[in-house]
Amino acid sequence: MSTLEIKDLHVSIDTEQGTKEILKGVTLTINTGETHAIMGPNGSGKSTLASTIAGHPRYNVTSGSILLDGEDVLEMSVDERARAGLFLAMQYPVEVPGVTMTNFLRTAKTAIDGEAPSLRHWTKDVKAAMANLKIDADFANRNVNEGFSGGEKKRVEILQLELFKPRFAVLDETDSGLDVDALKVVSEGVNRASENHEMGTMLITHYTRILRYITPDFVHVFVDGRVAEQGGPELAEQLEEEGYDRFTVKA
Amino acid sequence: MTDTATTLSGEKARIGSPSIAGFTEEGENLSPLNEDASPLGGDASKAHSHGAAAGIPQASRGERPTSYDLADFPALTGREEDWRFTPLKRLGGLHKAAPSADAPAVALAGSEGLALETVAMDDARVGSAGVPDDRVSANAWNAAKEATVLSIPAGAEGAEAILTIKGDSSEAAAQHVVIVAEPNSSSVVVLDHVGTAVLAQNVEVDVKEGAKLTLVSLQAWQNDAIHTSAQQAKVGKDAYYKHVAVTFGGDLVRLTPSARFDGPGAEAEMYGLYFADAGQHLEHRLLVDHNQPRCKSNVLYKGALQGKDAHTVWVGDVLIRKNAEGTDSYEANRNLVLTDGARADSVPNLEIETGQIEGAGHASTTGRFDDEHLFYLMARGIDEKTARRLVVRGFLNEIIQKIGVADLEDRLNETVEAELAATEN
Repeated sequence: MSTLEIKDLHVSIDTEQGTKEILKGVTLTINTGETHAIMGPNGSGKSTLASTIAGHPRYNVTSGSILLDGEDVLEMSVDERARAGLFLAMQYPVEVPGVTMTNFLRTAKTAIDGEAPSLRHWTKDVKAAMANLKIDADFANRNVNEGFSGGEKKRVEILQLELFKPRFAVLDETDSGLDVDALKVVSEGVNRASENHEMGTMLITHYTRILRYITPDFVHVFVDGRVAEQGGPELAEQLEEEGYDRFTVKA
Repeated sequence: MTDTATTLSGEKARIGSPSIAGFTEEGENLSPLNEDASPLGGDASKAHSHGAAAGIPQASRGERPTSYDLADFPALTGREEDWRFTPLKRLGGLHKAAPSADAPAVALAGSEGLALETVAMDDARVGSAGVPDDRVSANAWNAAKEATVLSIPAGAEGAEAILTIKGDSSEAAAQHVVIVAEPNSSSVVVLDHVGTAVLAQNVEVDVKEGAKLTLVSLQAWQNDAIHTSAQQAKVGKDAYYKHVAVTFGGDLVRLTPSARFDGPGAEAEMYGLYFADAGQHLEHRLLVDHNQPRCKSNVLYKGALQGKDAHTVWVGDVLIRKNAEGTDSYEANRNLVLTDGARADSVPNLEIETGQIEGAGHASTTGRFDDEHLFYLMARGIDEKTARRLVVRGFLNEIIQKIGVADLEDRLNETVEAELAATEN
């Protein structure tokens, strides 16, 4: 079993108006087999947490720590984090010119596993995973995310999740911009990944609808860079009815 | 001049086909760069920043003067439309005095039965496919002492010829090469430029009826070479001509390949690949002259740039004349800027004088390999060096694959690797 521990994390970004603190002390522990939903209004710092875990250079950790089985994640470069077993399904996957999906997936898989996958099995795995996610076979020959629709990009993120088999997956608003059918397909992919290999999941979302398909064990409500409340799945239901108002309206 | 509708962000600009949101003509979209904030911002990034520039003397590309007589071309000032990107000071005087040194040696390796001929400039084949259309070309034409001729015999199948053109002098020289693909022959000819030279060159290519010719011009010069080359092709009825320009070496290289049709039903494909390092000026100016009905053309040039003052220029002129009904043509240029301090100029020009065509389009993108690409690839476990190589290799490979000569493709892949290794040091 693995553990991802986030302790009293403070994160800021540089803006034209100066340094702005976004995360103001986040503490959170995820174990293998657990699904944690991070919910909260826009601007509460949910995506900042996701990007910070992955190591995006825009975010500066001013204090606190992130540990993966006791190893200091903040000391690792972006690629080292991925090889250590962290995966971020991005909210806005970028288009990468000149690199086909096939080439990209194989190169990444090789990097993560430290050895090239057996060609025969790999090709079969990729095909099967694409079929499961209803991704057209000819996407394999297209450049990474180039000209893909928003929904296609999200499916391709989950395709990678299924193929790379990370220890921890952070899904940054994977549900945003998806219609109901796509949401189902993507959710099934996440559930398959959780079932087929040992994984802990951090599911970042603004809306509760994805939680109909992926059941969280824990729900954390983010407000203004902190966890304002946490609980079980019932907390999500409560948010569905009440919205975030009671957190944002200062008492 | 029909000079609108090109975008630098990969949007389509094609007549006669519907627009699909989010898709470009080639399914290629080099990331949403090209904004003023990027190092290529400003002039280089705006749609057609050069298209309507002052100083275009002719109303049409088709009206540019051509002549064998140097006196018909006024001395260059650098303000001429077709010279305004070229640093004349770095031309080694090729635009001034007649280049008088001996031309670089030409050696042939190729299929049995092929032979080079050295002929006088009054040989009938000289002038069969081209008339100079700029001063440097005319200067070279007049200064050339002799011409090197390669003929592919009629009906020859799969002939291969590599002409190694090796320079060993930095004195200005002129060279004249004529390649004749006789009717119904099929062949691949490579001009492999190595060593160093200050060279003004004219290459005439006569692709006769029903012939198929692939001509690769490889500029693998040493760092100090200066090279201009007017590579004019006449493409006969039902003939097929593929021209591939590959430019890595040299201090200043200025290639002006053109294809003019000489009968209906012909096809021209013009591809190019360039990789500019710090200080290099690599310029490619294309012309496809649709002067015959029912001909096809396709142009694609891709370039990578790295290092301070690396400068590439691509100008693609496609002219569809009044009688060229049934023309189908497309041209595109893609640039990938790898570091700060480099500059890519890209100017597609399309002139259409008849509406009775199958299609005509042009596109240009100049993108930057940026931190977000890097982050995305690294977040998937790929280290930075591999990520860079992945992108550049993939980008340029599209052209390398079109060459169709295995040995040459391997060599170019190695060259790309070496270029990439150079940035990492």
